[in-house]
Amino acid sequence: MTAPLLDARLVVDRGAFRLDLPLRVGAGEVVALLGPNGAGKTTALRALAGLQPLTAGHVVVDGVDLDRPGHGRWVPPERRRVGVVFQDYLLFPHLSARDNVAFGPRRQGLDRRAARERATGWLERVGLAGYARRKPGQLSGGQAQRVALARALAVHPRVLLLDEPLAALDARTRLETRAQLHRHLSAHDGAALLVTHDPLDAVALADRLVIVEDGRLVQEGDAAAVTARPRTDYVARLVGLNLYRGHADGHRVRLADGVTLASVDRVDGDAFVVFPPAAVALHPHRPEGSPRNAWPATVAGLQRHGDHLRVQLTGALDVAADVSATAVAQWRLEPGQRVWAAVEASETRAYPA
Amino acid sequence: MTIRRALATLTGLALLATSGCTADDRPDRTDDRRTLTVFAAASLTESFTAIGREFEANHPGVTVTFTFGGSSALATQITQGAPADVFAAAAPRNMTTVTDAGAAAGAPVVFARNQLVIAVPKGNPGRVRRLADLGRRGTKVAICAEQVPCGAAARAALDASGIELVPATLEQDVRGALAKVRLGEVDAALVYRTDARAAAEVDGIEFPESARAVNDYPIVALRDARDPATARAFVDLVTSARGAAVLTAAGFQPPAVL
Amino acid sequence: MTALRHLSTGRGPGRRVPAALLLPAALGLLLLVLPLVGLLLRTPWASLPERLTAPGVLTALRLSVQCATLATLLCLALGVPLAWLLARVEFPGRRVVRALVTVPLVLPPVVGGLALLLVFGRRGLLGGWLDDTLGVTLPFTTTGVVLAEAFVAMPFLVIAVEGALRAADIRYEEAAATLGAGRWTTFTHVTLPLVAPGVAAGAVLCWARALGEFGATITFAGNYPGRTQTMPLAVYLALETDLDAAIVLSLILLVVSVAILAGLRDRWLGSP
Repeated sequence: MTAPLLDARLVVDRGAFRLDLPLRVGAGEVVALLGPNGAGKTTALRALAGLQPLTAGHVVVDGVDLDRPGHGRWVPPERRRVGVVFQDYLLFPHLSARDNVAFGPRRQGLDRRAARERATGWLERVGLAGYARRKPGQLSGGQAQRVALARALAVHPRVLLLDEPLAALDARTRLETRAQLHRHLSAHDGAALLVTHDPLDAVALADRLVIVEDGRLVQEGDAAAVTARPRTDYVARLVGLNLYRGHADGHRVRLADGVTLASVDRVDGDAFVVFPPAAVALHPHRPEGSPRNAWPATVAGLQRHGDHLRVQLTGALDVAADVSATAVAQWRLEPGQRVWAAVEASETRAYPA
Repeated sequence: MTIRRALATLTGLALLATSGCTADDRPDRTDDRRTLTVFAAASLTESFTAIGREFEANHPGVTVTFTFGGSSALATQITQGAPADVFAAAAPRNMTTVTDAGAAAGAPVVFARNQLVIAVPKGNPGRVRRLADLGRRGTKVAICAEQVPCGAAARAALDASGIELVPATLEQDVRGALAKVRLGEVDAALVYRTDARAAAEVDGIEFPESARAVNDYPIVALRDARDPATARAFVDLVTSARGAAVLTAAGFQPPAVL
Repeated sequence: MTALRHLSTGRGPGRRVPAALLLPAALGLLLLVLPLVGLLLRTPWASLPERLTAPGVLTALRLSVQCATLATLLCLALGVPLAWLLARVEFPGRRVVRALVTVPLVLPPVVGGLALLLVFGRRGLLGGWLDDTLGVTLPFTTTGVVLAEAFVAMPFLVIAVEGALRAADIRYEEAAATLGAGRWTTFTHVTLPLVAPGVAAGAVLCWARALGEFGATITFAGNYPGRTQTMPLAVYLALETDLDAAIVLSLILLVVSVAILAGLRDRWLGSP
């Protein structure tokens, strides 16, 4: 395997917070950096762009050191060929859409006419040919996002960084813009890194997910692998699974709080167990017969979730269960009520921790 | 409306606005009759302060307060109703402002004369010896603007002697001219002998042409004086031999006709 | 956006003006305007045409406008970089430097002029050297007037521009850097346009202050018609002899400055 286009280990100390994140992105690859607020995603992006110097580690693009504190190497942002689409776009308010896009080409030495031509080409590509003379204040959110994308791409960056590119958009614009963005990212031959806290954006746009929590890499892989086998509560919540950690001994996983869950998967040693909320059945009394995974629980809360209700249960296990609205009505489920929860062993997945 | 009343009104407004105090608690109100207020030209500061002290000694219970300033500004203030009992000006023209407005009690009396001298910085770096030297190329000279008495006098002296002179600056008053001499920014300035004598680090050079531009200092008691007798008494002291002695010591000359 | 729309419609509960603000506001306006009314009432309208064309009046006016404009340009050239330094660069003693910048605001202008003489005067710290080596003399020259006015007016510019720079979003500059702009290009192409309204406001204040400058000018540059006698100096001297002349001169200064400021405001700030 050849060296990836972008190879980085980002170590940044900011007060008590430390980011320490290995990151490799290949040419033409789109990687989503996913994590909760304050995980260090934006810091990572700023370090790659050269807006935040590293404390340690390295940033290498195309085999060239851009930042390597150990060796005193530092390339300022204006000479990195790293394009950034900022969260609130940061289009220069005093310049027209076209001049915003032409700004980068001008700095690369193109004369005014050539830069404007290139800008016009990019505006056409993002479908905004008719908006060249508009000032940013006269553009809608979706249009501004596309101008920002065109501005970042117009300098032919080797690495394209996108900071929550869709977060500022309303739901409908978001859907359209996401599809467009996907097209442009696929066409981009450099490395692309997308910072987001929205799993849907990540899954829709990225080839690979890198999940960061509290400055650390916690999980990495393609969407299928990450959604099937979450490794932290944050990831489990993102993909909508109940996740527990314990010690496995064949088909039985003993959890920290004494409960044992059975699974059809066979694991030995430290293991994770997951099951979807829909796999949880609620019973008024201890269920008879087959389910080996049953435990008493208390209803902590009810929430509408699509066409069913999500019931939060506390007890031996904190668990989310999806039940039909009819069931809730029949039972008159309400917070504080004591029930039994059960999960079929065939519905759970176990894998090594 | 007099300035004093306006001031009182303004003060009252301010007091009402801030603390709600009564407006009328000026401390000098009951003593008005025992206070003599003299408006006098700035060049009289030293000599009149001395004469005032003597006046207080001769008139127990009377306090003399002075307002020294530019003669024309003082004249304007008096015609606008400023509460003064006596006015002593550095030029008859400023006195005319007051008499024309009918603010004087009786006719003004000239009590002193002041002559111009050439003020040079200590050591006289510009080597100025006489008035003609001021016209030399490269010699920087400050004179007063013609609108103020020292400037009018300087212009008269220069014209009378036929000296062509482009001054570096036309100062707003004698102090401005003297300051520039003291800092060495100019080689010479034409100022009153009394001012040159009072100023530190400045030497005064007498020149014969100054006799053509002698400045008369008139004094008068004012019509609105709160105690006309006391005001007249002060004027009498200034014009007496005693007053003349103090003025001569400061560099003034006695008036042409006593 | 909704907030903006709400503001611009001029309706709703937020639009009523409380009397507690209105009364002092009206009194404040009166305090500013009444002296103006006083001037207008005392203006000798009959002799106005002949006074306007009196020799020296136009000379002083032209000199005033020229010097104030040059002083403003000087302040822009030196003050904008200084404001940038204060707003954007952490350096030891920055608080002290910021306080020093405001010194001309608290210093009586006459003292400022005296201080300038002590530095640039014939026997000043630099003045002698300037005179000997460059042949440059500042006291009693028009250049001296410009320098004195710049000294007094510079804080207005620096404070306004520094405030605008602090309020400006520094991330625009970061965006420019990621697009390949060096620091100087970023400053000229992004930072300056972003703070342009602040710079314009500062320049206007600076110009107005320079135009009205009296104390530092007469102390440092003296008073000579056509060379250093600006309108305020002419007004002051006219007060010595001729109140009417002083009023007319003040009126001219007032009309010219208000006209220029109102005109510039429209052009620079794009606001009515």
